[in-house]
Amino acid sequence: MRYSGFRVIKEALTGHKGWTAAWREPDPQPAYDIVIVGGGGHGLATAYYLASKYNQHRVAVIEKGWIGGGNVGRNTTIIRSNYLLDGNEPFYEFSLKLWEGLEQDFNYNAMVSQRGILNLIHSDAQRDAFIRRGNAMILNGADAELLSTAQIKERYPFLNTENARFPIKGGLAQHRGGTVRHDAVAWGYARGADSRGVDIIQNCEVTGFRIENGKCLGVETTKGFIGAGKVGCAVAGSSSRLMSHAGMRLPMESHVLQAFVSEGLKPVLPGVITFGAGHFYVSQSDKGGLVFGGDIDGYNTYAQRGNLPVVEDVCEGGMAIFPMLGRARLLRMWGGIMDMSMDGSPIIDRTHIDGLYFNGGWCYGGFKATPASGYAFAHLLATDTPHDTATAYRFDRFERGLMIDEKGMGNQPNLH
Amino acid sequence: MSTRLAEGGIYLDRSEKRTFTFNGKRLSGFAGDTLASALLANDQMLVGRSFKYHRPRGIVASGAEEPNGLVNMGKFGTFEPNQRVTTTELFDGLQAESQNHWPSLEFDVGAINAKLSKFLPAGFYYKMFIHPRSFWKHVYEPFIRKSAGLGKAPKSRDEDTYEHFHMHVDVLVVGAGVAGLTSALVAGRAGLRVLLVEQTSRCGGRALIDGGQIDGLDVADWVGQTWGELNAMPNVTVRTRTMGAGVYDHGYVICYERPGDHQPDADGPRHRLWNVRAHQVITATGAIERPLSFAGNDIPGVMLASAVRDYLTGFGVSVGDRVVVATNNDDAYRTAITLHKAGLVVTVLDARPEGAGDAGLRADELGIPVHKGRGIAKVHGGKRVTSVDVCSQAGEGAVLESIECDAVAMSGGWSPVVHLWSHCGGKLNWDEEHAMFRPDPARPPLGANGEGFVVPAGAANGALLHHDVVHDAWAAACTTVDTLGAKVSGKAPEPSDESTKPMTPVWMMPQGAKRVLREKAWLDYQNDVKVSDVQLAAREGYESVEHTKRYTTLGMATDQGKLSNINGLATLSGELNKPIPEVGTTTFRPPYTPISLASITGVAKGDLFQPVRKTPMHDWHVAHDADFEPVGQWRRPYAFVRDGESVHDAVMREVKNTRQALGLLDASTLGKLIVKGPDAGKFLDMMYTNMMSTLPIGKCRYGLMCSENGFLSDDGVVARISEDEWLCHTTTGGADRIHAHMEDWLQCEWWDWKVYVTNVTEQYAQVAVVGPNARKVLEKLGGMDVSKETLPFMQWADGEIGGFKVRVYRISFSGELSYEIAVDAGHGLAFWEALLEAGEEFGVMPYGTECLHIMRAEKGFIMIGDETDGTIIPQDLNLNWALSKKKDDYLGKRAHEREFMADPNRWKLVGLETLDGSVIPDGAYAVAEGDNANGQRNTEGRVTSTYHSPTLDRGIAMGLVLHGPKRMGEILTFPKVDGGEVKAKIVDPVFYDKDGEKQNV
Repeated sequence: MRYSGFRVIKEALTGHKGWTAAWREPDPQPAYDIVIVGGGGHGLATAYYLASKYNQHRVAVIEKGWIGGGNVGRNTTIIRSNYLLDGNEPFYEFSLKLWEGLEQDFNYNAMVSQRGILNLIHSDAQRDAFIRRGNAMILNGADAELLSTAQIKERYPFLNTENARFPIKGGLAQHRGGTVRHDAVAWGYARGADSRGVDIIQNCEVTGFRIENGKCLGVETTKGFIGAGKVGCAVAGSSSRLMSHAGMRLPMESHVLQAFVSEGLKPVLPGVITFGAGHFYVSQSDKGGLVFGGDIDGYNTYAQRGNLPVVEDVCEGGMAIFPMLGRARLLRMWGGIMDMSMDGSPIIDRTHIDGLYFNGGWCYGGFKATPASGYAFAHLLATDTPHDTATAYRFDRFERGLMIDEKGMGNQPNLH
Repeated sequence: MSTRLAEGGIYLDRSEKRTFTFNGKRLSGFAGDTLASALLANDQMLVGRSFKYHRPRGIVASGAEEPNGLVNMGKFGTFEPNQRVTTTELFDGLQAESQNHWPSLEFDVGAINAKLSKFLPAGFYYKMFIHPRSFWKHVYEPFIRKSAGLGKAPKSRDEDTYEHFHMHVDVLVVGAGVAGLTSALVAGRAGLRVLLVEQTSRCGGRALIDGGQIDGLDVADWVGQTWGELNAMPNVTVRTRTMGAGVYDHGYVICYERPGDHQPDADGPRHRLWNVRAHQVITATGAIERPLSFAGNDIPGVMLASAVRDYLTGFGVSVGDRVVVATNNDDAYRTAITLHKAGLVVTVLDARPEGAGDAGLRADELGIPVHKGRGIAKVHGGKRVTSVDVCSQAGEGAVLESIECDAVAMSGGWSPVVHLWSHCGGKLNWDEEHAMFRPDPARPPLGANGEGFVVPAGAANGALLHHDVVHDAWAAACTTVDTLGAKVSGKAPEPSDESTKPMTPVWMMPQGAKRVLREKAWLDYQNDVKVSDVQLAAREGYESVEHTKRYTTLGMATDQGKLSNINGLATLSGELNKPIPEVGTTTFRPPYTPISLASITGVAKGDLFQPVRKTPMHDWHVAHDADFEPVGQWRRPYAFVRDGESVHDAVMREVKNTRQALGLLDASTLGKLIVKGPDAGKFLDMMYTNMMSTLPIGKCRYGLMCSENGFLSDDGVVARISEDEWLCHTTTGGADRIHAHMEDWLQCEWWDWKVYVTNVTEQYAQVAVVGPNARKVLEKLGGMDVSKETLPFMQWADGEIGGFKVRVYRISFSGELSYEIAVDAGHGLAFWEALLEAGEEFGVMPYGTECLHIMRAEKGFIMIGDETDGTIIPQDLNLNWALSKKKDDYLGKRAHEREFMADPNRWKLVGLETLDGSVIPDGAYAVAEGDNANGQRNTEGRVTSTYHSPTLDRGIAMGLVLHGPKRMGEILTFPKVDGGEVKAKIVDPVFYDKDGEKQNV
């Protein structure tokens, strides 16, 4: 079924009886060419691109719970490609280009909203670093603009530019950055994949891999064994647990990142804004809630909930740049589990086990990467070669010293 | 109409009148009123508009669950949107305005959406606005965004104050109804430290309205007596207007107190956030009544039966002269009886064919008409209820009769408030008999010891009737006291009893309601989610309760589905033909009701947000027009600007003066770590890339620190103080980080090494005395011998200068003759001023960080954060000389042996000299031949530091360049953002005094 305004009108006039399920609820087949473990954004995107770009149709996505229930359903919805390092920037710019056109591609309105992202600058040194970043972005085909304090005052009059603890000295803007309705990304990919023959199997937990003679033959699940020519794992915060079934110990840790939303307010924020003297980022949703977040809690956990010290830290950072924020009220706070890698960058690679592939280590930047991650993983699964934009995301980079440490924080996963 | 009765209202003090305004209209109420009761007393049934369809909305509830009564309050710095009228206590001068309408509440253009509602079902926007792409950004989205939100965003800086309290208790009791009071009493009498919090302004909960007896006393008297006893106990703290907001790991609970909301002019904080650590938490949070899903259940005047009763008994407000009560349980009969006794006309529609128990008999005795097996087919009315069509609950909605009325009281049963139980992982069971989720005692949230730490009590545990509440709370409290190893004293309270008939679940009224009715039956009033929307979502495959919620926005409004969630998931369960427990609930997340961001921030705002760290000389800098820049938590003078100078002028002057005469730098912010112990030398040999253990006492050595990955993380001068003590200077920003880094290794890896690290950064003030006249000023002040012979370059000595006890380091970051002199922090300012006074004849001037940067760049010294960014290894900066070859190991050594670290194509540090003398822009890249995959130029290097050098009067820079050191004399091209370009020659990075003669004099 094709979605369009006309379709909605037609259905309205006939009592909305004609709408069919956005995706089927199939029972698993005995075997597939490719099985994707994880029905989150990255897994569903991988399946979608396998079917739509790499002509793979005997594909299943296996999800422990309900699709889109992990980080794609609980992030702060920001998309951007304002990265610095060579290993990253082309990949994230590829992702941003996929976002631009995604909805027409999969015929689902995910509300890709390019209202811009602004990184605030508070010191001389930070300005130098952001100019460098802007140059790196432009040299990789992305857009970037350095804004003066005066320009910021004019465009964002509610910001605390003066008398602030950390006065605003400018900002780096990426006008093509913005937000996307996160749940709709999962649903759109699911619907697009399903309509191209991909089986999406929910409430089916992978309990192990069947590995014989160094080759992965399929997955053991709560719905029985499912054979697979290739198995691709994209389970984010659960990566370490899942891959332990294959005897792998990953170069990453699981941490909780909290996110927050205020009560709905009439429009006040035009785009995404990040504070440069603390960790705080905020945007306003189409429903009016201020969606914001900050640092991870910092301890290893699989529990999807955080604790108060970081909540306080985030709110303090927010009020430092938006003093009026104090009278808005916090509606809801929640947590998601981040697959924090040793250098803050992801892995899209084969494993040492034949037929077993891995996609993870997104830290807390996975959402914006969803389309490119799916595309590159599909490329790897279909062709056994890394996608051009993801050549750096290999397992062996740690032993080769090719780390992609965007924040320069070193090998401390909880600092990335 | 809704009105205040001549008498009644147990919460009111009718002698104290309160005036307020609603949409500019002057109205009045009494002390004890909430804004909701006062609005209803003034017949203000219409209080707002819904989010999506802009439907007229009236007050539905009387407590925290209210979804509709949300108003803007206050002006400017006290403006606040979305204030819930049911939890806002009335005060004199309160100004409220309704939300989400234009031009007015009564006539709202947005209500056109309601007419179009059939075109706007759940999730319609996911299916529309896809083509053409550009329309989304320029047409559709701006339109959708304009209609976002309910209340206006606050625009002014918050003028109120907020604070945090911290408290450790044995037992935290949340809720001071009968269950909470009982629990607190048991815990208090057992001698435990107890905090009892109650979200409203009074204790007693529903019991004050619904009555009953405990130990032969009327419950109101029992409440008063118990409250008095609790207040008298020294080990018990009680707080009203304080809500249990969220439960976190290991008994961490936040409570949200609102001491100022009802008295905005009073002194003291507006909100107070309690950070409570409790061994055990008793949640006596009560239950919330559920609406019934019938057509027109959102019309103003349709209210919860309990709320109708609350307004009448509590506030003396009749919400209508003629009221229809629709129910599936006995509890709503209380409402009917209360209304009847107040002389109002009431009809009961009981969906149960068998009717009620004792309550039914009482209704019969009073002559209240009760229609059994009946329900509401449809409510008529626009901005208020006009009549009700009665139907058979078992049917499809054929109208049996119409009853003219001005209010409907509905009750679909009760749901325990399980939020706090669930926040930290407590699980729920579905109670089939009472159609509700209740805490599963076998799966509580677990504390640090692996045992449960939350105990539900009373209605929050599913004990809905008075005697059950009391018994359950007693049992919960006894368990808790027992868990904590204390002894229960006294005997169980004896409550009165009554007999009831079981409720019957009614998820749709009537049971077989047709589509036209289901499309008018609301589940979520604020977000406009109807029964038909949930059914559509289920049909479209959004079958998980989380999918349904996200697709329809059910329960995502400011009330977080307190009224709608259970009805919604029951509807979903019906559509999917799955039992309710299989459908499950969405996750309960903190806070219980929205809390102000300011309360979470507390005092940490304005100047107290990351308080500025100040050196002893900071105030002097302020007084002498320093232009500051933030460096970590510090603010350091960037330059000291004189009258008529630009900042740039000042920097140039400072460099020249320091090079030619004498400059003073406040270097107190530099990190100073003392590393001491028998294994300190061994430890420092691991921390630094070069050898520190062999440094002779009295000498200084420049050292580099790398991360395990080999990346350069900090640098600084290390001084050997004694046999077992070293003083390590770090960068300003690195002090805390490096201290933590050292502790990390000492505590986690080399825990058996005998080393202590102490950060003494703030214990010393440090002044760099720099320039050709540096020695002269020190000699003038007199004291220790600072001659070249006694104190040569890279040595330090303790002594006295100008009467100050000092430690003098002969080190230089500028290339000039330089002494860095540490004094006790308390003497810092005096010493600084003494140097300025004595230095006057030698041309002394203070200088700031930019001058420091330029002078070090002229000398080719690297700066952490400029030349490094976490991806740079010492070899990139030609610092191989500082990598010890004698040591077996140090942090980074193995990392440097990896393939990519030894790659000859890594960009390396060089100096850059512009051909035209201009300054290369910061952050510029050098372009190479050819284009990359994005059609942009390839790069072969980048600038790391770039300045105008007043000493050389030209632009100088340092940069990392492909094969740089082998390309001396080659010309690189740096494009500028404005389209131009700068050409620069690759040169040696040391621009000034290459042989280092000046610093050695």
